[in-house]
Amino acid sequence: MDYEISLLTAVGISVLFALSLNLITGLCGQISLGHAAFFGIGAYTSALLAKAGVPFLATLPAAMLLPAAFGVVVGLASLRVRADFLAITTMGVGFLFVGVVRQQDALGGEMGISAIPDTGLSKLAFMLLTVALCVLAALLSQYIRRSWMGQVFNAIAEDEDTTRVMGMDVPRYKLAAFAMGTALAGLAGALYANNLKFISPDSFGFVESMTVLSMVVIGGIGSIPGVTAAAIVLALLPSMFTFIGEYKLLVYGGLLFLMMRFSPDGVTGALRRLAARGKA
Amino acid sequence: MAPLLTVRNITMRFGGITAIDGVSFDVMPGELLGLIGPNGAGKTTMMRAIVGINRPQKGSVALEGRRLDALSIDARIRAGLALSQQLVKPFREIDVRDNVALAAGAAKTRTPLQALLHVDRTAERSIALEALERVGIAQLAAQSPRTQPLGVLKRLEMARALALKPRLLLLDEPLAGLNSKEASELARTIADVNRQGMTIILIEHNLGEVMRICQRLVVLDNGRKIADGAQQATMNDPAVRAAYLGGEADVAA
Repeated sequence: MDYEISLLTAVGISVLFALSLNLITGLCGQISLGHAAFFGIGAYTSALLAKAGVPFLATLPAAMLLPAAFGVVVGLASLRVRADFLAITTMGVGFLFVGVVRQQDALGGEMGISAIPDTGLSKLAFMLLTVALCVLAALLSQYIRRSWMGQVFNAIAEDEDTTRVMGMDVPRYKLAAFAMGTALAGLAGALYANNLKFISPDSFGFVESMTVLSMVVIGGIGSIPGVTAAAIVLALLPSMFTFIGEYKLLVYGGLLFLMMRFSPDGVTGALRRLAARGKA
Repeated sequence: MAPLLTVRNITMRFGGITAIDGVSFDVMPGELLGLIGPNGAGKTTMMRAIVGINRPQKGSVALEGRRLDALSIDARIRAGLALSQQLVKPFREIDVRDNVALAAGAAKTRTPLQALLHVDRTAERSIALEALERVGIAQLAAQSPRTQPLGVLKRLEMARALALKPRLLLLDEPLAGLNSKEASELARTIADVNRQGMTIILIEHNLGEVMRICQRLVVLDNGRKIADGAQQATMNDPAVRAAYLGGEADVAA
């Protein structure tokens, strides 16, 4: 049972992380290749606070606010760039995060932070908390999609210039997407740190950013059930087929390529087309 | 009567090229003003300067006495301008009605927080239907813009601008690309909307329709204003005939 519980916890953290990127890339159309940095900021914030004696649950607000603050700064910097340039900028932010953390002794440097204090929750309770937060994040995403904010996000994702000419304050909406998405990534990072009790810069690098982007793209950009399902499958893959571990990036890269080539709207889009063909 | 829009000494350069050179004009409330001129005269650039898509190096634009120069594009739209663009750009993922409803929701989308707190769209959808009715395509409300011909998309673009409930509507070549029947129908629609009280600036190459519906003309040539006045008198102005029509063409045709 212990194995299933820890597996479910890990999967839940992946789902939460994927849903956080889906807010930015899926709903608002802003690509990010450095999302793991915000996951990392949340993880480090929570870990350091916990080591300083702050109870686990009390570290969570800070582990959301700090990444969100950085998210807004990155968002501000990226207001002037679009699409492929935004991809490069966010990728740079990802490398910057790992580079800076490696050099800081206060953050544990290369060795990372180990022996993160116990959360005070049983393994089962921690798993249930993770799953509950996933459900909340999914419900929040669904609500945002249905709200006027979701309408505007959709419009920005499709055609930013036209959205502005229709009187909508596009920069503020983008910043809102970045703030919400990075806050949720920070929350996922805090869960990750307290689950493993050990973090190091290697856990928040480019591979992790690509992994989470694969989940969003393969699931079907913007589709909340699709992204959730893809996150579950892709998080389970390495533990079901241990040999994948070595070739993780190759598998994800291959899947990304296949999706972009054959079904740019992800598995969700492919299923929708199949259903339409079935009806016809 | 105070003008609705005042444009003063707008100068716009792109690199070494002066696209607009010290142009001033007024738009009076309720007017349907034709902004015309040969290709490259600076008409669309002027429209973009008014809306703030391009920032002029010199000059000033004011709506009802309020200067717009420091405002962003979206803030100018919220201040009461609406632009119907020459190249139609509907949102293809949503249907015709929701394209217009999005514009009608301006009060709810003013800030992200307000937008997050509102879900209901019934009021905006009914405003959208009214706007679609005004431009004559209400029967296509549930259709996807993907499958619509240019004539419908031009009307959709106009409905979207109307749904913003602007003080001043800017139409950039709404008739371009339409056949003569479609063009004269849409021109009639534009004249109707104007008669219902909407102030409009119309950029248009189709001179026949411009002469039919515009009361006053401002003529640009090579970035300068060469004439400004009642349509017939302006068209008979030798400077306009020389610049625009090569001196010989028959205006009324």
